[in-house]
Amino acid sequence: MELEITEDQGFFAETTRRFLDERSTTAALREMRDDPVGFAPDYWKQGAELGWTSLLVSEDDGGGTISGRAVPDLALVAFEFGKHAAPGPLVPAAIVAGAISRRGTDEQKQLLEGLLSGDVTAALCAGEPTRPARLGNVATEAVASGDRVRLSGVKGPVEAGAQAQVLLVTARTGDGLTQVLVPSDTPGVTVTPLDGLDLTRRYATVELEDVDLPASAVLGEIGAADADVDWQLQVAIALQLAEMVGAMDRAFAMTVEWSFDRYSFGRPLASYQELKHRFADMKLWLEASHAIADAAASKVEDGAPEAWDFLSAGKAYVGHYGVELMHDCVQIHGGIGVTFEHDLHVFLRRVTVDSLQYGSVTEHRERLTAALEAQEDAA
Amino acid sequence: MTTTETSPAEVEDLDSFRERARTWIRANLAPSTPRLGFGDMTDEEELAELTRQRGVQRQLFDAGFAGIVVPTEYGGAGLTPAHAQVFSEEIAGYDYPTMLGVPNFTPCMAVILEFGTHEQKLRHLPPILKGEHVFVQFLSEPSSASDAAGARTTAVRDGDEWLLSGSKIWSSGAWRADYGLCLARTNWDVEKHRGLTVFLVPAHAPGVEMHRIEMLNGSKEFCQEFFTDVRVPDADRIGGVDDGWTVGIRWLYHERSFAMSPHLVRPPGAGEFGGTPDTGLVKLAREAGRLDDPLARDMIGELRANSLVQGEAIKRIGHAIATGYLNDQGAALSRLLTGVNGTRSSTVSFQLAGEAAMAWDPDDVGLGRRGIAFLSRQAGEIGGGTTEMARNVISERVLGMPRERAGDREGPYRDVPKGPSAH
Repeated sequence: MELEITEDQGFFAETTRRFLDERSTTAALREMRDDPVGFAPDYWKQGAELGWTSLLVSEDDGGGTISGRAVPDLALVAFEFGKHAAPGPLVPAAIVAGAISRRGTDEQKQLLEGLLSGDVTAALCAGEPTRPARLGNVATEAVASGDRVRLSGVKGPVEAGAQAQVLLVTARTGDGLTQVLVPSDTPGVTVTPLDGLDLTRRYATVELEDVDLPASAVLGEIGAADADVDWQLQVAIALQLAEMVGAMDRAFAMTVEWSFDRYSFGRPLASYQELKHRFADMKLWLEASHAIADAAASKVEDGAPEAWDFLSAGKAYVGHYGVELMHDCVQIHGGIGVTFEHDLHVFLRRVTVDSLQYGSVTEHRERLTAALEAQEDAA
Repeated sequence: MTTTETSPAEVEDLDSFRERARTWIRANLAPSTPRLGFGDMTDEEELAELTRQRGVQRQLFDAGFAGIVVPTEYGGAGLTPAHAQVFSEEIAGYDYPTMLGVPNFTPCMAVILEFGTHEQKLRHLPPILKGEHVFVQFLSEPSSASDAAGARTTAVRDGDEWLLSGSKIWSSGAWRADYGLCLARTNWDVEKHRGLTVFLVPAHAPGVEMHRIEMLNGSKEFCQEFFTDVRVPDADRIGGVDDGWTVGIRWLYHERSFAMSPHLVRPPGAGEFGGTPDTGLVKLAREAGRLDDPLARDMIGELRANSLVQGEAIKRIGHAIATGYLNDQGAALSRLLTGVNGTRSSTVSFQLAGEAAMAWDPDDVGLGRRGIAFLSRQAGEIGGGTTEMARNVISERVLGMPRERAGDREGPYRDVPKGPSAH
């Protein structure tokens, strides 16, 4: 993460770190293994008090940033989430609250109180379970007629889909996108929990079958939410990158420590040049991942035109080297590294899941190539 | 010693500097044009190009844009690394003296600036900044390249002078240079790292015999020098007698961290990997008829990601060293990154080019060059200290892991086991 943060940011990150040190221990995470929700209500409410859900929300709406730069502030939390493989729907909760603050009507903003306090949780229904999966593909339809809007389609995998009371659904209306705030108990909404890799992060498929809502449920304009959806994806990926770096940082530190403590043939693992060189590569991947994650968060905050290049570079690089680093840490641990008892897999799971959602390595490489092609064509 | 201390209040703010630099660059410098690689130029063409670039450097000097972080009393602009960064950003797309960058401005000038006496800096820095003197490194030797402190070139004191004898190698561009920064052994009877001294040696002084080494890609940039009683005044000794490794450690630091040096003018993103701007990959794939091939597109995207990540990572590593998050040995991370990325880039370019990189029409060498470059792919992981050395430094000096067993730490260097002299 950022090498130079303000005193306020440091204090803010430290508060979350201490809370997670206490609440998100690997022992606690293991106990949550089969818990259908994956986090305790009081845990989430206390996290919300620490500012997890309010950073993207304007001060007028009861939120506010720490440093004046919301995305880098929130990335500090996401980094701690990664370091602790922490439970809780950080990304969807913060983004849905932010989206409502940016575009919501006074009526919609009444949702904010519960989201900010942590009493209500929200899910971001952005992706769809198409084969092949493609970032940004939206087939779900929103049809407006009179003062009603009707939704049909399938969203997923949706983080915290089965836990959320509010679903922010992205759908298509003609050539444009529409976003609708859907109470999860609306008739026609079927939420099916999925099994998944992460110990505490739960995913679900959300089916929408002729879901009929008043037009007042539409966030922003019908068929004109493209820029909002783009911003939400950008923030989600920036946070995901910070989270991956946090998990990599923790696993790397654990493995360095192990290499000093573990002796084979009368010498520590850290004395073997073959392993030392692998640690050097991993240290490089880690620092480079920190660098691109920070840059991406900063570009998103600035609304920079090149933000997507940096996000895709981050997903392509960290998505690849982050996963490689985690598996190398497992390899260097030996047999213990592949057991459930050992802590390593908790972080391996988080990095693996993050490497896939919001676009795979391959998909982001293709995006980078397409962007270069456009750049070259324009020149 | 007099130095010009500039208080922050007096330093020109970045926006105004940017405006001033931009205006001057646009009014005075030509747009950059793709130039031939060294291997494609005759010596005459290369010398003419160097003369032209010396002229551009003089223009920069006269306008107050040479040596942006060098104190004004030594001919520089007396500004900050942030100003140097701004200048590099503004010069993107314009012609600048690429041949004077590495090793001239860094590590050579950087070392003189760090260890030279006031008098030495007054004497040597202005000619470097004016483009009059071009420096190379006399560092590697036939028997020791990555192991720089293993130097056997010997300097013997003779009154106010020193007599240098021995051989240096891999000095790139030495045949057209004016001076060499030379690491020599001044004491064989103490431990390896305690008997070294650094000198400034005229590249073509009496007693210097220079050979040019033909590389497998046809380049003859690298030279080997043979010194026989080359006379160097003691006034051109940099640092203390036998204290040359204190200088050497920083010298290697500057060499490893060239990519983040404030002494180097280097537009961001321009030819991150051996002169191929990222859009060049699209051009290459199109030329090879593979722009629609998903495998080709995947590789291009991979390199584009590497390039953007490298730019940010080098900034971060520089910042980490400046703030103490990493010690200065962390520069090896930057060296390792540029090395492995360059290798991957060369491989991808070669694979994109396909058979045209194997045999080509002499009038159409575009794709063929990718093949030639691929043959010397490893050069970028060897020159400037191998990537294995960088990995040793990272694991041992950054992560604190146990050091490799060494046979050269104790006793006089004279008695340290050595292979047969390679020259």
